[in-house]
Amino acid sequence: MSISNTQPLDKAAKSGAFGFKLPAEARIFMVLLGVALIFELLGWLFVGQSFIANKERLIVMVLQVSVIGIIAVGVTQIIIMGGIDLSSGSVVALTAMVSASLAQTSDFARAVFPALTDLPVLAPLAAGLLVGLVCGLINGTVIAKTAIPPFIATLGVMVTARGMAKWYTKGEPISMLSDNYAAIGAGINPVIIFLVTALVFHIILSYTRYGKYTYAIGANRAAARVAGINVNRHLILVYTVAGLLSGLAGVVTSARAVSGQAGMGMMYELDAIAAAVIGGTSLNGGLGKITGTVIGTLILGTMTSGFTFLRIDAYYQEIVKGIIIVVAVVADQYRQRNRRS
Amino acid sequence: MLSLAPEKPKAAAASHPPVERETLLIEVEGVRKAFPGVVALDDVSFRLRAGTVHALMGENGAGKSTLMKILAGVYIPDKGVYRLHGRDIALTSPLDALENGIAMIHQELNLMPFMSIAENIWIRREPLNRFGLIDHARMYQMTRELFAQLSIDLDPEAKVASLSISSRQMVEIARAVSYNSDVLIMDEPTSALTEHEVAHLFRIVRMLREQGKGIIYITHKMNELFEIADEVSVFRDGHFIGCKRVEQLSHDEVIRMMVGREITEMFPKTIVPIGEVALEVEHLTLDGVFHDVSFSVRQGEILGVAGLIGSGRSNVAETLFGVSPASSGQIRINGQAVSVDSPRTAMQHGMAFLTEDRKDTGCFLNLSIQENMQISVLGGDNLKAGFVRQQALDSMCAAMSGTLRVKTPNLDERIENLSGGNQQKVLIGRWLLTNPKILILDEPTRGIDVGAKAEIHKLICKLAGQGVAVIMISSELPEVLGMSDRIMVMHEGRVTGIVDRADATQVSIMTLAAG
Repeated sequence: MSISNTQPLDKAAKSGAFGFKLPAEARIFMVLLGVALIFELLGWLFVGQSFIANKERLIVMVLQVSVIGIIAVGVTQIIIMGGIDLSSGSVVALTAMVSASLAQTSDFARAVFPALTDLPVLAPLAAGLLVGLVCGLINGTVIAKTAIPPFIATLGVMVTARGMAKWYTKGEPISMLSDNYAAIGAGINPVIIFLVTALVFHIILSYTRYGKYTYAIGANRAAARVAGINVNRHLILVYTVAGLLSGLAGVVTSARAVSGQAGMGMMYELDAIAAAVIGGTSLNGGLGKITGTVIGTLILGTMTSGFTFLRIDAYYQEIVKGIIIVVAVVADQYRQRNRRS
Repeated sequence: MLSLAPEKPKAAAASHPPVERETLLIEVEGVRKAFPGVVALDDVSFRLRAGTVHALMGENGAGKSTLMKILAGVYIPDKGVYRLHGRDIALTSPLDALENGIAMIHQELNLMPFMSIAENIWIRREPLNRFGLIDHARMYQMTRELFAQLSIDLDPEAKVASLSISSRQMVEIARAVSYNSDVLIMDEPTSALTEHEVAHLFRIVRMLREQGKGIIYITHKMNELFEIADEVSVFRDGHFIGCKRVEQLSHDEVIRMMVGREITEMFPKTIVPIGEVALEVEHLTLDGVFHDVSFSVRQGEILGVAGLIGSGRSNVAETLFGVSPASSGQIRINGQAVSVDSPRTAMQHGMAFLTEDRKDTGCFLNLSIQENMQISVLGGDNLKAGFVRQQALDSMCAAMSGTLRVKTPNLDERIENLSGGNQQKVLIGRWLLTNPKILILDEPTRGIDVGAKAEIHKLICKLAGQGVAVIMISSELPEVLGMSDRIMVMHEGRVTGIVDRADATQVSIMTLAAG
C-alpha cells in the first residue's frame, strides 16, 4: 500500500509539535557518554580510580582507534551511497608495505630497494596514497562497469591486496624506516590526522555537490540517474576517495609501528563498518553523518580502553563489540520502521 | 468557477441505506484510529452487504486506506465496533483476517518473484503427498482449476518474475479468491491494467458478486465506480461523509461529496499559440522494445501519448531521455540532430522527464523535500568552488513549492511524509527548476487525488502557454483527450496513429491502441 494514501499531508508537522526531535548524532553521543559512565562507575568500584579523569588514558583511547577512524570516514561515504567496502584492512597492509619499502634508511643492509633509500618523506607518503587510490579505483570501476555487488567486488580486492602485501617481500617485515617517516605516526599525530580528515569530509558531505550526490545515489540509485547524476562516475569517485583514505591509514599504521608488515590492518574493514553503523549510518543507504561515525569510532575506543582499564580479557571485548554492532543495526531498522508506520 | 463552502462532515450512521441485518457481512461503527500527531479516522461507520461491490472513495488522506487496513487486520482500531457476520470481532493481524474470510489485494504487489505462480498462490497451504512433501503436480492442477474458474490464461509453473505487472495482479486476485473469502478488498486494482484487462477483472468481480461475496473496491476512477460498484461510501479528512446506492448518484455529486465543493471544469485546457518544432524524432528504435517511432512536438504543444500497458509508450520516453539509449533512429532538437546517451545529456538539451513510478525512479524517500527538489540543479550558478550555494537554492525551492502549492510546513520535511499528490508536485518542481524546453510527463496524475490532479493539469497548460513542448503519457483516456493538442497512439511497440484534438474520441483512440 502506498504510504501517501494513509497519511494526511501534514502528519510530520503535527508530530513535530510534540517536542523537538533530537538529532541522531546527539543520541549516539549519549550512548558514548553512557558507555564512559559505566566504566567510570565500575572503575571506582573495582579499580579504585577514575576512568575518565585521566588525560593519558583519554589520549590512548582516541589514538588506538584513529586509524580505524580514518578508514571509517571513507567507509561511511560508501555506505551512505548504498555500497560496502571489505577491502580497507588489506589495503592498509599493502599500503603499509609499499610505503615502508620506500622509507628505509641506507644504513640498513637488507633494504627492499637498496637503490631507493633515504628518499624524502614525501616519496613513501605519495606512494602509499597512490596505492590506496588505485585499490579504490579498482573497487569503484569494477562495481560501476560490471553489475556485481560491491560485497563481492571488494571481497576480491580484499583477498588480492592481502596476497600482494605478503608477496611484496615474500612475507618479510620491512624495518629500519627513516625518522621523518616515523614522525607521521608519532605522538598524537594519528589523532590529528583522523580529526582533520573527519572535519574535511564532514564539510564536503554536507555542503558540496559531491556530498549531495552521495546521499541521493544511496537513497535511490535509479532516481539519481534519471535526475541527471552520472551515477557510475560518482560511484568510482567515492570508492576511490575511500581507497585513498585506506592508503592514508596504511601510511599512518606503518609510520607508527616504524615497520611494514603484511598482517597489518587485519579486520580493520569490519571495525570501520562497525564504527559507521554504530554512528547511525544506515546500511540501506541515504542516511548517515561523519560526525556520527566519529562518535561511533570513539565508542569502539572507549570500550577497548575500558576493558583494558578493568583488566578484563580481550575476548570479552570482542563478544561485547559484536553484540553492540547488532544492537546498533536493530536500532536502525527500528527507527526506519517507526518512521514508516 | 463555482465553489461552495466545504460542507461539514455529517453524523455518520444516519445516511446508510436501510438494509436487512442478515445480508450484512461487515458492520463497523464509531471507529477511530489515531497515529502520532494525526487522527486518521474519527467516528467512522461502514457496512458491507453480501453480493455487492462497495466502492470507497475519497481524496488521498481521506481515511479510506486506513479503514481498509483496519478491516483487513493490518491496523487495530483505537475505538469502535467491528462486526463480522453480526458477531463482534477483534482482528489481530492480516493472517487473522484471512482466516476469518477477509482477503486483501494490495495495490503494491506482494508476490515472491522467483517462485512459481502456483507456489505463490498456495503458500502456507501447499498440498502434501504421503511423505509429507509438497505435491507439485496437485498444486499445479489446483491452480489450473482456479484459473479456469476465473478464465485466467497463465502457466501455473511460470515464475512470477517473468510476468507482466498486470498478470501479477491477476495472480494476486486468484490468490485472494483461492482463500474462499467472503470479503475481498481491492485497493486500486486497475491502476496497472489495460482496458482489456480491466474488463476481465470486472468479469471476475461480477462473478464473485453473483456468488454472494462482498467486495470492497477502492478507486480514484469515477467511470469504474459507475461501471462496477453497487454502493459507494465517501470519506473526507478521516470522516465518513455518506453511503449511497450508485444509481442514486451522479458523477458530480460524488466529486462534491469527496471534495466538499463543485469542480466544474475537469480539464482547464487553454488554446495557446503553437510555435516552432522543438523536438523531432525519426525512426527511433530500441531493439526488441519499440520500432520506427516518428513524431514531432512544437513549442506550446501538448502531445498526448496513449496506448495499452506494454505498448512501449514509457520506453519511448525513457529512450528520449537517455535512460535506455536508442539502437537506431534520430532525435532532433530545434532542428539539430543530437545524440542522447544519458539523462545528463538529455538535460543539457533542455529536456525534463517525470517518470511513471514516483517511488522507484522519482523520489529520494529518506531525503528532505529540499534535497529532492534541488538535486537536478546542483551545478552552474548554484555551485561555487564545488560548494553548493544552499541559501540561493533554499529560496528557489521555497518559491517553487509556493507556486506549485506543495502542502508542507517546511521543506526540511522528508518527502516520504507527503501525500502522493504533493510528492508529485515536488518532482515536477525539481524539473521546472531546470527550466526545460521539452517536458516529458509519464502518468503525471496517477494515484493522486482529484484536487491535486486539477492543479497539475492547470500547471501543464500554463507551461505549454510559456512555450514548453509537452509530451504527456497517460492511461486515462479522458486526461489524454482533455489535455492534448495531438494524440499519438502506440500498440506493441509501434505508432498506430497520430490524431488531432478535434478528431480524437475515446473510440478512435481505443481502436488505434488495440492495434
